[in-house]
Amino acid sequence: MIRPVTMPKWGLSMERGRITAWLAADGDEVVTGDDLAEIDTDKIAGTLESPGSGVLRCVVAAAGEDVPVGGTIALLADPETPAEELDEAARQARQEIDAGAIAGDEGPVTGTVEVDGRSLAYATLGTEGDVVVLVHGYGGDKNSWLFVQEPLAEHRIVHALDLPGHGESTKDVGDGSLGTLADAVLGFLDALGVERAHLVGHSLGGAVVVAAAAKAPHRVEKLTLLAPAGFGGPVNARYLRGFATATSRRELKPHLAALFADPDLVTRRLADDLLRYKRLDGVDRVLTTLLGTLLDGDAQAIDAARLLSTVDVPVTFVWGREDAVLPPGTTRPDVEHVDGAGHLVHLEAPGAVVAAITR
Amino acid sequence: MARTISYREAINEALAQEMARDESVIVMGEDNAGGAGSPGEDDAWGGVLGVTKGLFHKFPGRVLDTPISESAFVGAAIGAATRGQRPVAELMFIDFMGVCFDQIFNQAVKFRYMFGGNARTPVVIRTMYGAGLRAAAQHSQCLYPIFTHIPGLKVVVPSNPYEAKGLLIQSIRDDDPVIFCEHKALYDTSGEVPEDSYTIPFGEANVVRDGDDVTIVAIGRMVAMAEGAANDLAASGIEAEVIDPRTTSPLDTETILESVEKTGRLVVVDEASPRCNLATDISALVAKEAFGSLRAPIEMVTPPHTPVPFSDALEDLYIPDAQKVLNAAKAVVEYRR
Amino acid sequence: MTDTLREAYRVMRTIRAFEERVHEEFATGEIPGFVHLYAGEEASATGVCLHLDDRDAIASTHRGHGHCIAKGVDVHAMMAEIYGRKTGACRGKGGSMHIADLAKGMLGANGIVGGGPPLICGTALAAKQQNTGGVGVAFFGDGASNQGTTLEALNLASVWNLPAIFVAENNGYAEATSSAWSVASDNIADRAAGFGMPGVIVDGFDFFAVHEAAGEAVERAREGGGPTLIEVKFTRYFGHFEGDQQTYRAGEVAHARATLDCLKRFRDRVTDSGELDGPLLDDIDAEVAKLIEDAVSAAKAAPKPTKEDLETDVYVSY
Repeated sequence: MIRPVTMPKWGLSMERGRITAWLAADGDEVVTGDDLAEIDTDKIAGTLESPGSGVLRCVVAAAGEDVPVGGTIALLADPETPAEELDEAARQARQEIDAGAIAGDEGPVTGTVEVDGRSLAYATLGTEGDVVVLVHGYGGDKNSWLFVQEPLAEHRIVHALDLPGHGESTKDVGDGSLGTLADAVLGFLDALGVERAHLVGHSLGGAVVVAAAAKAPHRVEKLTLLAPAGFGGPVNARYLRGFATATSRRELKPHLAALFADPDLVTRRLADDLLRYKRLDGVDRVLTTLLGTLLDGDAQAIDAARLLSTVDVPVTFVWGREDAVLPPGTTRPDVEHVDGAGHLVHLEAPGAVVAAITR
Repeated sequence: MARTISYREAINEALAQEMARDESVIVMGEDNAGGAGSPGEDDAWGGVLGVTKGLFHKFPGRVLDTPISESAFVGAAIGAATRGQRPVAELMFIDFMGVCFDQIFNQAVKFRYMFGGNARTPVVIRTMYGAGLRAAAQHSQCLYPIFTHIPGLKVVVPSNPYEAKGLLIQSIRDDDPVIFCEHKALYDTSGEVPEDSYTIPFGEANVVRDGDDVTIVAIGRMVAMAEGAANDLAASGIEAEVIDPRTTSPLDTETILESVEKTGRLVVVDEASPRCNLATDISALVAKEAFGSLRAPIEMVTPPHTPVPFSDALEDLYIPDAQKVLNAAKAVVEYRR
Repeated sequence: MTDTLREAYRVMRTIRAFEERVHEEFATGEIPGFVHLYAGEEASATGVCLHLDDRDAIASTHRGHGHCIAKGVDVHAMMAEIYGRKTGACRGKGGSMHIADLAKGMLGANGIVGGGPPLICGTALAAKQQNTGGVGVAFFGDGASNQGTTLEALNLASVWNLPAIFVAENNGYAEATSSAWSVASDNIADRAAGFGMPGVIVDGFDFFAVHEAAGEAVERAREGGGPTLIEVKFTRYFGHFEGDQQTYRAGEVAHARATLDCLKRFRDRVTDSGELDGPLLDDIDAEVAKLIEDAVSAAKAAPKPTKEDLETDVYVSY
């Protein structure tokens, strides 16, 4: 059986990607999650992980090539698959890339819902299966799930939500309390007619989904908490304040190093994208208000652990071992620590996060 | 997700959002409503390029048609700005500055200094510049260097719809006089623009593309062209860093110098006439502040020192193009002492 | 009414005393740059500005000291400015030709002939849009009456029906050139017809004539009746600038000083009618003399701006 490796769609606006380097070579045996290639897009550079296991039998698009999303860039197959079959598949893939048109590239469906007088934006991938809702952290948005939404959507309906004040949602968080944000998540479920969902939250979003579960436990199938706020341990208040107050790339960029284990991931474009968000009217106030939710002096103000103790839902924790924003603070036995990942564990180790969510 | 709109729509949206946010924001210019007082349709034109179309009915009494009297209405915008309004005056073509220059460079610009810091003149003059539409010598100039020369003015030269919206909102909220230069050939270009209001600070260059081999500074319409040239250069293994200063006054000298310190090579692309333009200004800056980093002479890609010609055959020769940028970049990269 | 009269006299006397003192001081060489004196024209600035308050803005000319005083700019700050001191109205950065006080609606004396009228269209527009009831007044000279900016502004003010008053101060000379030669129409006020507004000519040595004409124009403007052009005819007592030998003119100054002086005429009229008495006016003269004396001593003693001031105040933010 031949399994194509395609140009991923990282983020809603990605149309093409450039392969900057192959990390695996023809003939290499790979397993799901192995790093295959470095890919550069208008917005972000990332590592493409192997979608399956087998032998990398044919690299269709070489390093330096610019390929439309969905284009087949390599072929995985068993060692037994005949070479002629691979040659034919490679030829077809090549033709498709050269024609520049890739059939079947269906991007996420985006929409907005009204909740408590605010417009909330979301993006949905997947048409069948259980419902998963992805809730980003402080200053993030629905696009931060770009490496995990697509693999999750293979057998699920996956909504990535913009919390109030973030992304394309209304730039207002009211009192900015966990309760207000949790109501937004529950209101989002109502608006979409979703009875029960698997809630995945990162950082502040982790605390938000816990609060949502505490308010309406019957609506929550399961919780996956990625480096969640509110589970004890220190918080990098300097980072949070720096992020909130930075007004230029020069000011912002040094703070962003706290987000990753690999400092090379702090690109100019990442800083530019965050600045574009920060420069929207109202965001300044949103970030300042939420700072009050997150911080009590230099310590965490949120106690999500207490909220979680009131609910009986299955929970999984994932934490980057090198998290410099919210270092793992809980000693719970159910925490999965990911090596080589920082606070944005779903960007740095998407495979591990997908595995934890789907387990 | 991200919505795509044109440069023209981005400017219109910035005006509409600021007028909705702040009732002191007013708009005036020739045909800005177009048809006001005429027997036909009100709001017929929205300025000669349709940029202000639709605002007349949305904001009654705040979109003013003017007689063809640039001195009078530009002066009126300046006078109103001293009394609490935030006027945005449209001066159809930058070439027409000649007939109202006094009001800008002797009045608006000098008030704050001349009056010992006791003045605030938040006026924006939007104006259209640039060659490429066969509009000939009196409707095609790139006069932003003249304004850049004058202390007290801020000069904004947006290169795409995203920049246009954010920089115009910033211009309107700014408390100093601003000349906002719109390239006429960009109005129908499109790009991603957030629906929310947002600002882009002055004096912060945008690094459009990263590269280690050569720094290309380009302004206004030249930015996309330089980016295209940089992509072509990449095919021959030359990685160019493309910088869009966004505002020529204030100028983000730090970003330019940092880049040249990294690449050791500079190409400046400026659609303005070659003498005393932004290319010469930026070249002088780099020659003075980063001389030790330079590994090749600086290249300036500009038009010749002539008026803008009419015939397409001549105008196409006149305007800097991607090939000229490419050649200049290769020349500095291949330069050997 | 007697309050208004007392105020009118005080303002005119202040302008006269200020200008005569600057004339003397300039001759000592201590005042830098150019100064253009307003003496002889006091009735114009005073007669108009007595109708105005802080809602109203005025634009002035290079001969602007009188307009400043009449609009309420602090005399000490003005004198210090003329001396180029840090305590000046513009912290020593403007000088005689650029004294301003925007809080008082004084948009500045103006070094550009014809620079003011377009600006006044804007202040009048702002007043109209903000519904303050305010008006804008552009003072300009016979020279500026031939500038395109002035004519454009007259047209725009009519087209937009602005609460604006254009006061053409025709003192007979644009620099050294006679307005009888340089102004092609018989009167500057005749041009008002071409712009669809009333044009009025008044005797500029007669405070009461100016005051009455300006009163009507201001009232009409405040009520939405649009702009007016007022031509005030008189003679300046000094040259175009201090140091001007005035070889271009004959004996009209001596004649004006002797027989047409607005202050003398004012004093005679109000004392004859019994509205004000002589001793009271003498008291005002004494108060003004002391004010000017104090302003000059303070200005001379005040510090000059320093290196730290050179690069400030260019922008609100940069």
